[in-house]
Amino acid sequence: MLELIVISTLNGVLFGMLLFLLSSGLTVIFSMMGVLNFAHASFYMLGAFFGYQISRWVGFWPALILAPLLVGALGMAVERYGLRQTHKHGHVAELLLTFGLAFAIEQVVQMIWGKLPMDYRVPELLDFPAFTIFSTNYPAYKMFMLLVSVVIFIALLIILKRTRVGLIVQAALTHPSMVAHLGHNVGRVFMLVFGVGTALAAVAGVIAGPALVTQSDMAALLGPILFVVVVVGGLGSLPGAFFASLLIGLVQTFAVSMNGSLASMFGPLDPSIGPSLLTDVWNVTIAQIAPILPYVLLVLVLIVRPMGLMGTRET
Amino acid sequence: MTELTSRAPTPTDAAPGRNIGFYAAWGIFILAVILLPLIFRSGGSHTTFSLIGIAAIFALSYNILLGQTGLLSFGHAVYYGLGGFLAIHGMNAIAAHGLPVPLPFVPLIGGFAGLVFAVVIGWVSTQRAGTVFAMISLGIGELVASSSLILRSFFGGEAGITTNRTDLPALFGWNFGPQIQVYYLIGFWLVISAIAMYALTRTPLGRMCNAVRDNPERVQFIGYDPHVIRYLSFCFAGFFAGIAGALAAINFEIANAAYLGAVQSGVVLFATFIGGVSYFFGPILGAVVVTMLQLELSDVTTVWQLYFGIIFIGIAMYAPGGLASLLMMHRPLIRAGTLSTILPADLIAIVPTILFACGVILTIEILAAYSQGNAGSSTIRLFHIPFEAANPMTWLVAAVLTIGGFFVARMTWRGVTAAWDRAMMAARERGYHA
Repeated sequence: MLELIVISTLNGVLFGMLLFLLSSGLTVIFSMMGVLNFAHASFYMLGAFFGYQISRWVGFWPALILAPLLVGALGMAVERYGLRQTHKHGHVAELLLTFGLAFAIEQVVQMIWGKLPMDYRVPELLDFPAFTIFSTNYPAYKMFMLLVSVVIFIALLIILKRTRVGLIVQAALTHPSMVAHLGHNVGRVFMLVFGVGTALAAVAGVIAGPALVTQSDMAALLGPILFVVVVVGGLGSLPGAFFASLLIGLVQTFAVSMNGSLASMFGPLDPSIGPSLLTDVWNVTIAQIAPILPYVLLVLVLIVRPMGLMGTRET
Repeated sequence: MTELTSRAPTPTDAAPGRNIGFYAAWGIFILAVILLPLIFRSGGSHTTFSLIGIAAIFALSYNILLGQTGLLSFGHAVYYGLGGFLAIHGMNAIAAHGLPVPLPFVPLIGGFAGLVFAVVIGWVSTQRAGTVFAMISLGIGELVASSSLILRSFFGGEAGITTNRTDLPALFGWNFGPQIQVYYLIGFWLVISAIAMYALTRTPLGRMCNAVRDNPERVQFIGYDPHVIRYLSFCFAGFFAGIAGALAAINFEIANAAYLGAVQSGVVLFATFIGGVSYFFGPILGAVVVTMLQLELSDVTTVWQLYFGIIFIGIAMYAPGGLASLLMMHRPLIRAGTLSTILPADLIAIVPTILFACGVILTIEILAAYSQGNAGSSTIRLFHIPFEAANPMTWLVAAVLTIGGFFVARMTWRGVTAAWDRAMMAARERGYHA
């Protein structure tokens, strides 16, 4: 039992930090544009595929740098030539543009790499067990993922809160015209923020690719959960995104490892009751409903607190 | 979230009673529904028309939310799917107990199923508009889709549940076995639903929906509750989505988890948005275009979904009012008789635009031919012209068409804009406004 708790906590924190790498970019982009970027998870997927392809050509470590740079440049191009053009048509058009983009990126990835999972391996340097707890070997690569996420988290925090660049970005989010009057190119700030946000998503993709599955449906699988994170945390709130990422990461990891059901708690139903909705509900295990738990959380949070856990404004 | 729809023009306020064009449009619509399957007699086209009819009802119901109330939903397929499942269960029950309910009434089962679920789910999800509503709809959509795989006894798991529509009592000798009879059933419900949904936009409630879309705060000041209005609109949308779902269940004689899923919700959003949310007929147009694309493109190319995404992006970027508003843009020009002045510029612009499109298509097809590694047949057929994917000449043609077409097209489109502005000015001087 203790083993389960320790391992699940580790995995949960890891998944949570990975989610935060994505949700931090998404939430900053949201405060900037006022729309959710539906294609954010697609940039994560592009990061994973670029990482896979580059690591086959020149190795994992250059890929860790190059793939996010490429994806960041792509993100900037999308902001500059796509979203900025569409801005005049309003938020719905922008949102639908990112929706179409997510769809198109998935198709392009499928076209180039196919639908099967890629053979994206952990680099040899990190392919060893880091430590053993309760007879379980914990892989070093997972510790590396955790380390990268934490380093980026701290760096992001310092840049946003302690440097001049961070100050300008924060000011541009809330008072764009005032910042422009002070002589800063707000359009360029937005483009850079978009680029950094998508590059962060790509970093998450490169490091998550070998540990999770690199496949053309990975964006569609993670995307909705990402929205749950930023909405539950409170749209536009970075601390909210952090706590919600950890919360969702832990909830999902713990739920997957639990096998309890109503049947195991209260005993099986009388077999004379034929198969019905009741038996379905009675026999389903917590592990089986793990994928829907984030959505339950989302709906509950939005009903009780529509601005999210740490959100300040209603959208 | 409502800027797009709020700036869209509301349907003209000419009293429909005096407007011959209004009745003519409905007359043509109804005639088309009746006559089309008699003109195109093949079984394949009857299937296509049936699918279009279902998609049109579904898209119209979605537009009650998106176009008329300004609610962007990512989970509208929930009511479509639940309507379909309830209709299947209803049909099986009718057949098993020998109830005297003929098939044409089954869509009502689906409709009321959609309505009941919308009544239950809608109250909490319509408390806020905008992003919160969009996210709740997404969450509920995922919830229901995942639950459908857990609650196997009702949803039938991955295989779904099946029925046989001919087991129901016949009506006037129609047993609805042949596709043409099913088509007329769908056409009947399409006409009824379209008229009902149009009438809804003309009621005080329909007008209040538009007001809530444009300025909820002001609606609140007048003394209405925007939440209640959004809720009512949501319920109507759920009802008509349920009808569409039931018709789909009748048509395919099966309902499975795909009915409820994110893909179905995405397709209806595509259809409605491509057609145009700001005109009543927009979603019908979108349903026709999207259904035809789904059926036809998949025969021509393996990467048809990519074209789908590109078309969608293009519409979102350059014509966010959809095809309907592209058409309706021309109305003041036609009335003022200045349409002919823009035709030369249009004709000049259309040539490089088509060349550019061909270049893009060729590039995509080359990439597809390479990456999918279908060795042996690397020949691409583009409009019956064969191209060799491995030949550098083909790459050159694609590159020249794409890049050259892009720059030339951009230049000529400036001419179109200028000609358009002149024609519009002339139309305004003659008293015809957009």
